Amino acid sequence: MSYVPNTPRDIQVMLDAIGVKSGGIEELFKSISQELRAKSFDLPAGRSEFEVERYLRGLGKKNVTDLIYFLGGGFYDHYIPAAVDAIVSRSEFYTAYTPYQPEASQGTLQAIYEYQSCICRLTGMEVSNASLYDGGTALYEAVMMAIRITGRNKIIMDGAVSPIYRKMIRSYTGNLSVEFVETPLFHGSRMSYRDEIDRYLDDRTAAVILQNPNFFGTIDDHSDIAEKCREKGILVIESVYPIALGVLKSPREMGADIVTGEGQSLGIPLSFGGPYLGFMATKKEFVRKMPGRVVGATTDKKDRRGFVLTLQTREQHIRRSKATSNICTNEALCALRALVYMCLLGKEGIKKVARLCMDKAEYAKKILGEIKGVEVKKWPTFNEFIIKLPKDTSEVIGKLISKGIAAGFPLSRYYKGMDNYLLVAVTEKRTKVEITAFANALEDILWS
Amino acid sequence: MVPEGHKYTKEHEWLRVEGEEAVVGITDYAQSELGDITFVELPEKGREVNRSESIATVESVKAASDVYSPVSGKVIEINGALADTPELINRSPYEEGWICRLSVAGAIEMENLMDAEAYENYLKELK
Repeated sequence: MSYVPNTPRDIQVMLDAIGVKSGGIEELFKSISQELRAKSFDLPAGRSEFEVERYLRGLGKKNVTDLIYFLGGGFYDHYIPAAVDAIVSRSEFYTAYTPYQPEASQGTLQAIYEYQSCICRLTGMEVSNASLYDGGTALYEAVMMAIRITGRNKIIMDGAVSPIYRKMIRSYTGNLSVEFVETPLFHGSRMSYRDEIDRYLDDRTAAVILQNPNFFGTIDDHSDIAEKCREKGILVIESVYPIALGVLKSPREMGADIVTGEGQSLGIPLSFGGPYLGFMATKKEFVRKMPGRVVGATTDKKDRRGFVLTLQTREQHIRRSKATSNICTNEALCALRALVYMCLLGKEGIKKVARLCMDKAEYAKKILGEIKGVEVKKWPTFNEFIIKLPKDTSEVIGKLISKGIAAGFPLSRYYKGMDNYLLVAVTEKRTKVEITAFANALEDILWS
Repeated sequence: MVPEGHKYTKEHEWLRVEGEEAVVGITDYAQSELGDITFVELPEKGREVNRSESIATVESVKAASDVYSPVSGKVIEINGALADTPELINRSPYEEGWICRLSVAGAIEMENLMDAEAYENYLKELK
């Protein structure tokens, strides 16, 4: 028996109601091109549990998980203490949805409240939301927030902001009236190109999006740009790498208005497609324009401390058409991982991890730069940097994979004319032996 | 009781015309429906508003609602006291809880505004 929830008559009534004149239900799918449609819904016959498991294990074996990673581009191979998994695996924390009922969810609400506090400490900002999907959507939400605050709709994007994020923002805003300007890179240092950004700072501009460290790993102090923006009522959105905040000037000190970032580095394992974690923090004056849940501390009737979702009236379940966002939610379990990670490491621990990343990256820059034909720029970087090879990176990357090394991210993927450039990331997990092995393998491939 | 001397909208704003100027607020009915008001987002001074455009947002424990301007005009004064004591709207919706003052150039479009009696009848219909 086929499962048919609606009779042809039901369907016709519905089509009539929404004004579909002819063509039947097909008419509604017209905008999806044929090649993207399912060819057939004839599924193969069912298999036994044992057969399915064997099949899936076979698929799983195709993954390579024991490479030495120098691959970054926004997602990094940091060590995750075992306590993170142990704590997050407690079934009390497993929830399918944001806890709206304080009477039943004090534990989860307190964890989110503390997560928000940690994000504020890390960024220097005054308020944080309960988290968002990932770094890219968090940045998109920041764009929409800036538009709501300023009533303007032009956005300046620094060309050194992650090309993945820029693509996501354009995709999300595709049908909204948002005007984007992407400024070129400053070739001298790959820092934000001040003169180019200046040209577009006018009274129609809502915000400037900057990233630190930027996609090329370069670190910058955006205080001067923020200063100029402030004079013109333009907001500064800063996308950051949370581990780098252990050593870098905080976005608050630079004058950022909205800070977002990818929280994967805070105790979340690398995996294709996530789940990852977006974080967002801002100034208190903008809290009502900030999307997403916010957990607040309060007291109950008997004066006991408790936690609740606060400022809910800005949100989609109360104010659908005018909600601060209708496409966001809270990544409670990933936020909990980040909280546990941050608490285990503490302020000093995060500083230490950041220093280790930086020192090891400097060592890698030094020995890679000693290879004939390899050029390492002297730009200030955190744990990621670009190197120029004497030949196309794609061939070199393939050969290094077969030697067990994921060499880095080929910049040609997103930037024209950068076929020979490789983006290399070094985390605290990389040992001197591994870095040396990488340099030796690269030298071998280039010159033997 | 709906006071005389004001004009009313179907969205429960009131308007008090004072020469070339007009004061805007929300009615007693609106405040009682909203419940305890916790925050008022005020318009910027100098902003030009069209009739029916949102000029403020009133946030209560139940909802955040827009306040629509009953007439076109320019915001010349805002009730700054609402920033710290938004509950003034609950306590005194027609006096201390006013939201903003508009300068109204030219003739005021009064067609869609109700007087006290009409608004009172309108409220009866809602019940």
